[in-house]
Amino acid sequence: MTPALQGLLTIAIGVTGCVGYFYLSNQFLDKILFPPRGPNAGRNINRANMIRPWLFLFPAMAALGLYLAYPVVETLRLSLTERVPGGGYRWVGLDNYTQMAAEPKFWEAMRNNMFWLIVVPAMSTAFGLLVAQLTDRIRWGNLAKSLIFMPMAISFVGASVIWKLVYDARPAEQDQIGILNALYIFFGGTEPQTWLTIPFWNSFFLMIVLVWIQTGFAMVILSAALRGIPEETVEAAILDGANPFQIFFKIKVPQIKTTILVVWTTITITVLKVFDIVFAMTNGQWETQVLANYMYDKLFRANDWGVGSASAMVIMLLVTPILIWNVRNARKEME
Amino acid sequence: MSDIAGTKPALRWVVHLSVVALVALWVLPTLGLLVSSFRTADQIVTSGWWRSLFPSEQNLTLRSAAPETQVLENGVYVIEGQLFGTEDQATISRWGVSSRDVDAFVPGDVAEMRRGGTVTVDAQGNYRMENTEEFTGNRGARIFVTAELPPEFTTDNYQKVLLDESSTDSMAKAFFNTLTVTIPATIIPILVAAFAAYALAWMEFPGRALLIAAVVGLLVVPLQLALIPLLKFHLNIGIGKGYLGVWMAHTGFGMPLAIYLLRNYMAGLPRDLIENARVDGATEFQIFTKLILPLSFPALASFAIFQFLWTWNDLLVAKVFLIDATGQTTVMTNRIVELLGTRGGNWEILATAAFVSIAVPLLVFFAMQKYLVRGLLAGSVK
Repeated sequence: MTPALQGLLTIAIGVTGCVGYFYLSNQFLDKILFPPRGPNAGRNINRANMIRPWLFLFPAMAALGLYLAYPVVETLRLSLTERVPGGGYRWVGLDNYTQMAAEPKFWEAMRNNMFWLIVVPAMSTAFGLLVAQLTDRIRWGNLAKSLIFMPMAISFVGASVIWKLVYDARPAEQDQIGILNALYIFFGGTEPQTWLTIPFWNSFFLMIVLVWIQTGFAMVILSAALRGIPEETVEAAILDGANPFQIFFKIKVPQIKTTILVVWTTITITVLKVFDIVFAMTNGQWETQVLANYMYDKLFRANDWGVGSASAMVIMLLVTPILIWNVRNARKEME
Repeated sequence: MSDIAGTKPALRWVVHLSVVALVALWVLPTLGLLVSSFRTADQIVTSGWWRSLFPSEQNLTLRSAAPETQVLENGVYVIEGQLFGTEDQATISRWGVSSRDVDAFVPGDVAEMRRGGTVTVDAQGNYRMENTEEFTGNRGARIFVTAELPPEFTTDNYQKVLLDESSTDSMAKAFFNTLTVTIPATIIPILVAAFAAYALAWMEFPGRALLIAAVVGLLVVPLQLALIPLLKFHLNIGIGKGYLGVWMAHTGFGMPLAIYLLRNYMAGLPRDLIENARVDGATEFQIFTKLILPLSFPALASFAIFQFLWTWNDLLVAKVFLIDATGQTTVMTNRIVELLGTRGGNWEILATAAFVSIAVPLLVFFAMQKYLVRGLLAGSVK
């Protein structure tokens, strides 16, 4: 069977299966298990209503539990064990973690990740805020925003190809085809640079790719927040003689502080998961390793599930504060 | 309130110019790849893509027709022809007959040739060679021209990447594989999540708040953690690597965002509507299918776009759950990474392949931007 046909069949089975499950289970509940008639009609209705939510929730909760909750526990377990040749696992305590901590590549990934965590959210949020403010009151603002938002739709892999062309280097005597080197030569550089192989700085050239993608996201959210600021506060500031910069930094920014924080944390999570860009552009060579790619290396190249799981737990640990903060906020909002 | 920037014309200009600069910075990299995908391999590596948008002056080495085409006119042997093949290809500014002096003549000049005879070339590239003796040899004479060439683009790369089945660079298969992954992986989670979202928004039951909190928490769990446990699970239950596995994985990973977005939207629907329906004796199932689903269309569309973009652009999940050793089920992102690794220098194939994979999400993006923005605004945890 061709995959396309298989796909169509899956859609058909999936959709009818879902609808069928919900329909039949509701029917079963109302018609057979607790019919709302006879001597116990009232009690039956109550019982049916107690069970019904769980019928609606069951498939989704099963998916969540199996694909997200269970792996957290299982990864933790794997990170504390070692695969024994011939099958089975052996408890090794924190050995995987100490082994990982002894690897320079791990610390290189940690160091780079710290830079990623600072630079990408900061620059994306700053650029997003800048664009949101600048485009707020110009007539072609929406077109400009649309174009800056566009990279959101482009895959990390596609973006990697796009930026690899920007960073391309040709020998000095040839015409440069990478725009960065062309500009570098134009402004007086002598030797074309292979940007992605310059240790330390090359990580920043990779970060630019993610900033380029994420700025649109920051811009959309912040732009909506800026529009939500009460006009009176801005008018009052103008009457008091504030200049545009004071209005922006002293009136507007403080009022959208929570939104800025939300944008910042959302991008932080994206950064922690970033894999494709490093994988496609340098694959961690020239000291550009990051945690997610380090983990992939360990899991699928070195085939070391113990250390791979340990590094995945490090990513989880870094995400946890944001997770707690999000859950707290969500609960506050519901009250 | 009057326009703040408008109070100072100078500031207004600064604003406009800064926005132009920012937009240029954001668009140019993509434009570079798009333009490159319409150029030949030679063009891409010899000059920057930005030059190809304008007529460019180039030094070309061309060759006249072979001596066998010569005709005898009034006792003079003549070879006539067009250097570019057809007229209106280019405008010649200088030309020469020796590689040491390629711009010795202007169009219309008559030059002595090393092997005897004379030649004249006009600005359009028409030439006429004359000789009192017969031209010999089996190749034409070399003529060096400096010419202004108009921008030249080709769709050959796309033909090679999309239509040429035999080509090893073909993306056609990967394109269909990607589509096969994406569509079920977008539709199934919506349905499953919608039912759950309705229960979380409009049904009373103990533990509801806790479940919502759990969904918010799972929103940020990195899917890196899921790779090994789930691959193990898939291998154990016998579905192994393949489409079924990748559909299930995408359904699971998309679930928190789907439930979160849909629940927020459904919770905002008017309470009266649902309670009236309940009073009128509609069952929960009927309320959901007849009332809630149609009303939630904007939220469903938002999530569908997110999930579509995410599954289409995904590399990691496909690499772990789908692509096996045979490589028959490869997706476009994976093909591009392979091309980057093995054929890093083949920019024409790389640029074209990348653009084929980017084109579909971009189309969806521009067509449904409204829903995407709405979803983003609802989806960022406030």
